[in-house]
Amino acid sequence: MARMKFLCDVERCIECNACVTACNNEHDVPWDINRRHVVTINDGKRGEKSISVACMHCTDAPCAAVCPVDCFYTTVDGIVLHDKDLCIGCGYCFYACPFGAPQYPEQQAFNVRGKMDKCTFCAGGPLPDNSPEEYRKYGRNRIAEGKLPLCAEMCSTKALLAGDGTLVSDIYRKRVMKRGGSMDFWRWEAAYPGQGNENRSENDKEK
Amino acid sequence: MKKHFVLTRRRACWLCLCLLCVLTLSAVIMAQERGPNPRGDFWGSVREGVSGYTAVSSAGHDVLIHNGGQNWREIRNGLIAGISPWILAGVFTAIMLFFLIVGKDKLEEPRSGIRIARFSLAERILHWFTALFFIILALTGASNLFGRAVLIPVFGQAPFAAYMQWALWIHNVSGPLFLAGLLLEFIIWVKDNIPKKIDIIWFRNLGGMVGKGPRPHAEKVNGGEKAWFWVMILAGIVVGVTGVILDFPIWGQSRATMQISHAIHATVGLLFVAASFGHIYIGTIGAEGTFEGMWRGSVDASWAKQHQDLWYEHKIKEEQA
Repeated sequence: MARMKFLCDVERCIECNACVTACNNEHDVPWDINRRHVVTINDGKRGEKSISVACMHCTDAPCAAVCPVDCFYTTVDGIVLHDKDLCIGCGYCFYACPFGAPQYPEQQAFNVRGKMDKCTFCAGGPLPDNSPEEYRKYGRNRIAEGKLPLCAEMCSTKALLAGDGTLVSDIYRKRVMKRGGSMDFWRWEAAYPGQGNENRSENDKEK
Repeated sequence: MKKHFVLTRRRACWLCLCLLCVLTLSAVIMAQERGPNPRGDFWGSVREGVSGYTAVSSAGHDVLIHNGGQNWREIRNGLIAGISPWILAGVFTAIMLFFLIVGKDKLEEPRSGIRIARFSLAERILHWFTALFFIILALTGASNLFGRAVLIPVFGQAPFAAYMQWALWIHNVSGPLFLAGLLLEFIIWVKDNIPKKIDIIWFRNLGGMVGKGPRPHAEKVNGGEKAWFWVMILAGIVVGVTGVILDFPIWGQSRATMQISHAIHATVGLLFVAASFGHIYIGTIGAEGTFEGMWRGSVDASWAKQHQDLWYEHKIKEEQA
């Protein structure tokens, strides 16, 4: 059985945030909720790295462990989903999740948060596949249509990979083998091999 | 004659110290030999929860990996949910055993029929207002922590979730009302609850509840009641303040603040409930004639003489004057 995984190749992610936009559009998520977000570490410095992150569909999901009403379930594909009809909007999954995946449409006094929303790996929820109610509550169910998550499908640099964990790791392993240990497959030497440093700006020179 | 090496405590300490020095030194040398590993350090710092830049500015989204959540999960699901049922059951069982072995603290003299005013109507309304919200908060709070293990197998998932939706809302609205009641109680009752020397004697004699012998002296509020008052005020303020932090996520408090607040809230709240068992016991079935004081507002003169003798004498003098 396939075990669905996301993997973001940090050597490829260019922080375009298209995955975020595509997801918001595909699932028509409420305003101010972003099921996916891109974080850039060491932003603006040499060697900065960007990573696109959403629900990581943990095997031992902390959100599911702390839910007072036990509204989470894992599909046969290893996708962690939740039932919004059971969710009480207490905020515990938000406390527990290391990736900031659970979010709420509201945040008001007396801890009124509304039903939690998070990445579904484009697999909808417990309602009938691609029914109007499922779309309204969880967004499109692309998995039921035989498609993979849209964020990864439309990633322009194919940094974000989604799918069966063994296939995803095979692709990533091949990339790493091809790159070798050095990360010089981009920047000056990669673009202009053997041309030396004449035309290179001071700022771009390796320190 | 060959002397055997004896491992005294002093020698053992020296041995440990030497071992520690060798280990530290070797660790330092190894770190120097390995040299820096920029990519390892980079992801190491991410694992430790450094923040970065993100265009999506929802709460805490600039941090890739929050470590606090796992700690909070372990504390809530492991420590709090694992230990507190034993504490609650232990206190309840202890009280029940006390009731079965020692029995009810009965009136030693027959009822005199003379009533002495103890709590005014306003005091009683305030007490029952606070008590009502305390019970509501305890039941809804316990449902939140134990309902998944205890109530879902009985009632099913959907009915429990429907109940819990309301229970959560009621809990969140009752909390500030309870805190307000508690602070009012503090204001009107603190003057009677200042700890004094006679309270120590009262405790030394276990309030005269166990065994024969003269009852310890007490003013309007005895040592045990004072102890409950201060437990109630301190626990109530801790639970109340942490509860308000959780109840109003609109003030920009961080997730870490809420995780810590929740752990304190649940721990102190459960201990508060366990302590309340004692108060509820002594106020109802534990001591004959006590409940009347808070329900009808007056007590029998025999009760007052037995439990609050100095207050009784004061009241009699007042009456005579």
